[in-house]
Amino acid sequence: MKHLLGIDDLGADGIGEVLRLADSFLEVTRRDIPKVPALRGKTVVSMFYEDSTRTRLSFETAAKRLSADTMTFSAGSSSLRKGESLLDTVRTVEAMGIDAIVVRHRSSGVPQRIAGWIDASIVNAGDGWHEHPTQALLDAFTLRRHRGDSFAGMKVSIVGDVKHSRVARSNVRAFSALGADVTLVGPPTLMPPDLEGWPVTVSYDLDEVLPTTDVLYVLRIQRERQEEALFPSLREYANRYGITVERMSRLPADALVMHPGPTNRGVEIDALVADDPRSVINEQVANGVAVRMAVLYMLLADSKEGRAA
Amino acid sequence: MTAEVLVKGGTVIDADGSRRADVLVRDGVVADVGENLTQRGATVLEADGCIVSPGFVDLHTHLREPGGEDAETIETGGRGGALGGYTALVAMPNTNPPIDTASVVEQVLRVGRLAPCRIYSSACITKGRSGEELAPLGELHGLGVRIFTDDGSCVNDAGLMRRALEYARALPGAVLAQHCEDAQLARGGHMNEGSWSSWLGIPGMPAEAESVVVARDIALAGLTGGRVHFLHLSTATSIELVRAAKAKGLPVTAEAAPHHFTLTDSLCCGYDPIYKVNPPLRNDGDVKAVKEGLADGTIDAIATDHAPHPAQEKERPFDEAPPGMLGLETALALTLTELVGPGLIALAQAVALLSWQPARLAGLTEHGGPVAPGRPAHLTVFDPEAAWEVDPTRLASRSRNTPYAGRKLTGRVRHTLLAGEPVVIDSQAQR
Repeated sequence: MKHLLGIDDLGADGIGEVLRLADSFLEVTRRDIPKVPALRGKTVVSMFYEDSTRTRLSFETAAKRLSADTMTFSAGSSSLRKGESLLDTVRTVEAMGIDAIVVRHRSSGVPQRIAGWIDASIVNAGDGWHEHPTQALLDAFTLRRHRGDSFAGMKVSIVGDVKHSRVARSNVRAFSALGADVTLVGPPTLMPPDLEGWPVTVSYDLDEVLPTTDVLYVLRIQRERQEEALFPSLREYANRYGITVERMSRLPADALVMHPGPTNRGVEIDALVADDPRSVINEQVANGVAVRMAVLYMLLADSKEGRAA
Repeated sequence: MTAEVLVKGGTVIDADGSRRADVLVRDGVVADVGENLTQRGATVLEADGCIVSPGFVDLHTHLREPGGEDAETIETGGRGGALGGYTALVAMPNTNPPIDTASVVEQVLRVGRLAPCRIYSSACITKGRSGEELAPLGELHGLGVRIFTDDGSCVNDAGLMRRALEYARALPGAVLAQHCEDAQLARGGHMNEGSWSSWLGIPGMPAEAESVVVARDIALAGLTGGRVHFLHLSTATSIELVRAAKAKGLPVTAEAAPHHFTLTDSLCCGYDPIYKVNPPLRNDGDVKAVKEGLADGTIDAIATDHAPHPAQEKERPFDEAPPGMLGLETALALTLTELVGPGLIALAQAVALLSWQPARLAGLTEHGGPVAPGRPAHLTVFDPEAAWEVDPTRLASRSRNTPYAGRKLTGRVRHTLLAGEPVVIDSQAQR
């Protein structure tokens, strides 16, 4: 595999391989000197056209722990401001002799386009509403550490703004590839307009699905959605779809609560819920580095051919 | 310069029918049509196996001049038109400055006189295409403008559209051409809303953003008696609405673009903005409806919506790239390959959709035939069987944004005559 543009690049077997690799890298990250020479001599560039301190730091930490050289390119300081096109920018970066580019962009499809233009490996670190595959992988990794290898029959409810969520698109693909039954929950205005071909069921009633949910995956609500009249108010959203302490009481005792972060406490999730023992939100963050090490290792180890001259 | 040209060995197709005939052209007009013509000293253009038809008329060409000369000029667009078999192009007014005053119309027409195609200008319905105040329709009509449109934008204000339609009734031959797109429904969209946009995470615009305006303007045509032409129809519902309106005798006409009967939104799966166009590529059902609309006469004309963009604009992310694709040099071949080849329409009907139907619609009496003595010699000679492959680098346009690169098509223009002058000979532009 050369690129990680979306979860479909991996399939169930590939996901399993990443998760097994991540197990061993998690062990590395817990050592006194959490570093291995696996990617020594490789250069990984992070190109973040959209601010994301968490994801960027997670990727850069992962690359450094594999002994790769890293370079950072972020929108605020970039040649973008000088009007250079995306194509010219990536060709310039490639000319420096690099092995991989980790891309975050506000527009869907940018990592896929870049992959068609240059020879380096491309890792999608989130594109528009499309995909955020390493988030889905770290979510699957976190879940697997609690539930074991088989997700067959597991009931995952993804709640919130599915329409605008790259996290949801990657997680639907990943969880269903691993055998889980995925239900999307939210107001119809926050569902993608046409779900033909999606391996999901849809519910507009959170309270109805809670008692049978094994994993409650809560998506972030962006405040500007209210201005687009997608729901009347944040208060009404919280009343109908917010994860409250009261709703937690209707979730099975052994269920798990996940969130890609950062949380809007008081909107999609109550402050107290994040501290519930069923919440694994902090673990998700901690697992990010090991999973991203696994992805970079899988793409770059033994990939001497394909490197730009 | 020779004043006589003999087009020899072809089959003439015009509104009067089809017959084997040579065509002799003298001093810019058709001098004789008949079998086995000879004329000493005339330039002979071989037309064996070819169709000789009235020149094609494109109701919808973005020539980009003034203001967008890095994408296209009247000269390069005119050359592309000639190579595509067109002898008349109607320039769209979304230029910079927009064509909303007499001086810009005059500029376009003046530059157009040098092009190897007749260049006609449309003009804006509203000043600056801003949808707020009427442009000087009467003054522009006086300069020969017949098609008024804010193309690229819709006249969203129903009250203003009503006034424009009422006012234009005093202007003989005037047509208000609507780019049907409800601004609120389409807001933020970059492709057809549906299963593909949902899966790809590209903001969509629903088919209904088009059809609600079609329905509204059909109602306004009924209210005012003004003529409405629907630009680039792309959805099944729009076409059904126009079919019903025509059955009631309302003064409406419609056009469709080749990409809307050839391509679907599934092509956006690689996020290549070469497939971004407005109205967007739709689904299989819509493509079928466009074909049916062309076959049964609901749609009056094939119009290219030729929309050149410089390469760097199409190298942007999908949602930042401008919509539009080239069309002049592929329209005939797509019509023959997608519609005539599979037997959906007859060859004569294809020529009607490309030539005399749009000519009549735009009031271009000089164009559209018939191929008969005394008529202006605007002629297209094409080989309906010629197979070729689209090579973007060989197009005459200043831009390269064709979605058909590498596609094998059937049917190619061989010669084009503009007022008797062979501006294209053996698929090569002569100027």
